[in-house]
Amino acid sequence: MELRVKALETILVEKGYVDPAALDVLIETYEHRIGPKNGARVVARAWSDADYLLRLRADATAAIAELGYSGRQGEHMRIAENTPEVHNLVVCTLCSCYPWSVLGLPPVWYKSAPYRSRAVIDPRGVLRDFGVELPAGTKLRVWDSTAELRYLVIPMRPAGSEGMDQDALAALVTRDSMIGAGLALTPGKAA
Amino acid sequence: MNGPQDLGGQMGHGPILPEPNEPLFHAEWEKRALAITLAMGACGAWTIDTSRHARESLPPATYLAASYYEIWIRALENLLTAHGLVDKPELAAGHALSPAGPVKRVLKAAAVPGVLAAGSPYDRPCASAPRFKPGDRVMARNDHVATHTRLPRYIRGREGEIVANHGSFVLPDSNAHGRGESPIWCYGVRFGAEELWGAGAEPGCEVMVDCWETYLTPARERAA
Repeated sequence: MELRVKALETILVEKGYVDPAALDVLIETYEHRIGPKNGARVVARAWSDADYLLRLRADATAAIAELGYSGRQGEHMRIAENTPEVHNLVVCTLCSCYPWSVLGLPPVWYKSAPYRSRAVIDPRGVLRDFGVELPAGTKLRVWDSTAELRYLVIPMRPAGSEGMDQDALAALVTRDSMIGAGLALTPGKAA
Repeated sequence: MNGPQDLGGQMGHGPILPEPNEPLFHAEWEKRALAITLAMGACGAWTIDTSRHARESLPPATYLAASYYEIWIRALENLLTAHGLVDKPELAAGHALSPAGPVKRVLKAAAVPGVLAAGSPYDRPCASAPRFKPGDRVMARNDHVATHTRLPRYIRGREGEIVANHGSFVLPDSNAHGRGESPIWCYGVRFGAEELWGAGAEPGCEVMVDCWETYLTPARERAA
């Protein structure tokens, strides 16, 4: 693929369809500016600020934009809140739809056939592949991103995080926990 | 279309293999593939729905064997030739051999941050009143179309409950084929796992699927 992509880029630049400098800015943006740290800030704020959580529930797109995160593949945001009763898991069975504005580019497993095929029919088994074992009484709710709405899971706030500030809380929020494929980290175990 | 993209509920694809400390890109070419795909999308020659249809139209054996960026590149090549912007001899030669075709715009470096931050909202006003409301029982139509649709096979003919009206959105089934945006209401629909998967399903689990109004019919119309 390396030569094939190089050839294609050469043709597109020679024909003037793409600006080489724009390509570099696009790559730099997703390498360094847009990623799961954005979503972690949203979750940390939701855990800390009851009014903010209400705004997220009412209009997640606007509430997330308050923190400066908006745009491509985050135009129509919704949140899905985990509770002791319900655990949420997000998938796109039809392609690779993912909330880029808050999580950046999706990992390979999210776009892979094993995840896309199994998430809807065997979500508990999928979670086991991630080392997550939920209580038998916790219901699983899977969100298939078939339209232009993009879902951000708000993981449960971990025990022992009382009194932590938003920066410290954000460090507990993993990318996988915001897809529903993981849980937030327990304080003291943050990477 | 009943293409290789419609994976929900399929079996035999193996375990999920999360990669610890996964790099954002696994090769330099993946960065370029991302960038040229986004930059060409910004040219305005096609819509995101047309792009998705180009990807799902790859031969199933190719689609399932390819990484996602490879799917993107193969589909981009097909879009470029289908729209007359690049021809096959050029792809073989790796150089431009003919004059450029018309594109609506070229994404310049200085415009990238603004374009990404603005995104492309897909909600549009709709002339008709919503047919359904939260709480309504609905059935997903059992329509197998050869064209683009976002109605996955695993819900077709299955009964669910409307939980939200998300507003009216561009209809991919129309927009992917240049037949206009045709905005229509889009609903969040809850399907019980047992309704979708039968006796082996875990009771109480559910799948939420966003469905355009044209994908749904009132549940009472279901044959007795």
